[in-house]
Parts: sequence; C-alpha cells; structure tokens
Amino acid sequence: MITLNINKKTYEVDVDPNTPLLWVLRDHLHLVGTKYGCGAAQCGACVVHLNGEAVRSCVTTVKRAAGRPVVTIEGLSADHDHPLQKAWIEMDVPQCGYCQAGQIMSAAVLLRENPNPSEEDIDNAMEGNLCRCGTYLRIKKAILLAAKYSKTATR
Amino acid sequence: MSSGFASRDATIYNGSTDKSDSVASAKAFLQVYKVLMSPRCMNCHPAGDIPLQGDDSHLHTMSPKRGIDGHGLYAMKCANCHQPVNTPGAHKPPGNPKWGLPPANMKMVFQGKTARELALQIRDYNMNGHKNKEQLLEHARDTLVKAAWNMGEGRPAPPLTYTAFVKVWDEWINKGVFAPPNYDK
Repeated sequence: MITLNINKKTYEVDVDPNTPLLWVLRDHLHLVGTKYGCGAAQCGACVVHLNGEAVRSCVTTVKRAAGRPVVTIEGLSADHDHPLQKAWIEMDVPQCGYCQAGQIMSAAVLLRENPNPSEEDIDNAMEGNLCRCGTYLRIKKAILLAAKYSKTATR
Repeated sequence: MSSGFASRDATIYNGSTDKSDSVASAKAFLQVYKVLMSPRCMNCHPAGDIPLQGDDSHLHTMSPKRGIDGHGLYAMKCANCHQPVNTPGAHKPPGNPKWGLPPANMKMVFQGKTARELALQIRDYNMNGHKNKEQLLEHARDTLVKAAWNMGEGRPAPPLTYTAFVKVWDEWINKGVFAPPNYDK
C-alpha cells in the first residue's frame, strides 16, 4: 500500500509503485481534472504540483509521490478563486479546455516564484505546455492579469 | 605544451617527472575528448543556456533554460520531467537524481571546444567547478557522469565503454593533464 497526500487529504492506494501518478489520480482516486495528453512529458497536460514543483504526472511514478504533498487542479483553490482561475475566466482563455489544467498548474508555480513576471519569464515558464487550440496569447494575458490580481490582494 | 593544475593545487600534483608523460597524457585526452563531445555528454554542456537533445544535438524541445543553478526555471525545472531513473520506453526522458546543467556561474561548456581548449578548461580549477586533482579523478565515478552509459532506450552509448573512458581519463590526469596541440593550426 502506498500512502499519498493529495490536496491535503490522505489516501492509501494498492498499486505497483512504478505506476505513473497520473493514472492513480484519474483511475483510482477519480481526480480527472489532470489530463493525459502524450504520456511522454512532452505536452504538459498532466502537470500537478509535487512538493510545490510542476511535475509531469504521466512520467512521475506514484512511489516518487509517496508521502509528499501533491496538489492537482482540483486542489489549487478552495473555491475556484485562485488569481489564475479568476483571470482565466475573465480572459475567456479556454477553447476545448483539455490543456488548461496543466497550463494553470504550470502558471501557478511561475507566479509563486515570480509574482511579477515579464513576458519573457512567462515564455520560459510556459513553453512546455502545448495548446492545440492556440490560446497562447490569452494564456499570457491571463497570467499577467493574475499577477495584477495578486498584487492588489496583498495591498 | 603546458601542463599542471592551477597554482592553487600545485601542491596536490607536483609535476614529478616520474609520472609526467606529456605524449601519453595528451594522447589519452584525445580519447577522453571523443567521449566528452559525444551527445551523451555534450548535450548537457551546451554553449548556450538551453540544453541539447538527441544524437544531432538539436536544441532541447520546449526550450528549457539553464537558470541560475543549472536545474531550470519555474515549471520547466529539469526534475519536473527527468525522473531519478530513466523513464521506460523510446523517446521518454532519461533520468538521474542529479539531472541538470552546470550552473550559470560555471557553465563548463563543451560544445564548440577543440580538444586543446577543453583540456585547458577542465584542468583549470577556476573553470572546472573548483575540482582539484583528486576530485577530477573522482568525477569520472560520479553518478551523473556514469549516466551517459545508462542512457535509456534508443540512445547510442558514448564511443568508448565506461571502463575504457575511466582508463584514459585517469591516464590523462595522472600523467600530467597535458593539453594536446591544435593540430589544424
């Protein structure tokens, strides 16, 4: 049995320790906000936070996650009110929506480490998250807006 | 040809002529050079701040950046994709607990260097990550260096076996860290 801490809840799962975390989240814990895009760490749809870092859950084994805090898109905020989530709605970012959980989870690490990112910082942080619908311009604008929301909130 | 470590570590190896052999040392480094310039090594010692990828050493897809400590930036840190071990399957990320580039203040570039340039760089304490002779010898035994020979499915190994590489690495160092001449100049 492997003990996992997902979104501040504890779960015990009986899986092969080499199972990718993505499948444990989706198939065993029914947290389906995190998506499968490529299975090869190439697209970013599967990004979750492990110890605060934006890991690709399609290649991260559940044994690597054991005992460490994991946050999925479901746990990013208590009431969908993370500045990024608010900005995403304000900017009407998603089209099909498939990549967007991964986009937001990657952006969340950026804003935590750099609350006032430049466009170049955003490029550096987000280049690994692909969007076939091409919402990149809105993603960038939403991240800049979320940074403004965060600044206002801390005043 | 000049020889020896930077003056700080001159006392470590005193250039005793009993061990020093400029010809053998330089010749050994030419073998070392073949390994260091192979994609399995050079790809993580790029001239720029984006790692290289593949046997053609193209810029790593998605352009991850070196960052200050060599371990990437924000959501594009090396360990976000590169696990502590190789991910099974073709075209999946190879892995090692220490995956990353040299830090920004000590880039240890291999790409584009001649054999002479690389030898002079590696033996220079101020350019080699502050390694003295013993540490340089030990470096060939480092887990991340060894990872070049555990490269994951579909990736050709460096041109020497690991055992052969360590032999010429040790020979180069123990016989005086001589830098080969630039043959084309």
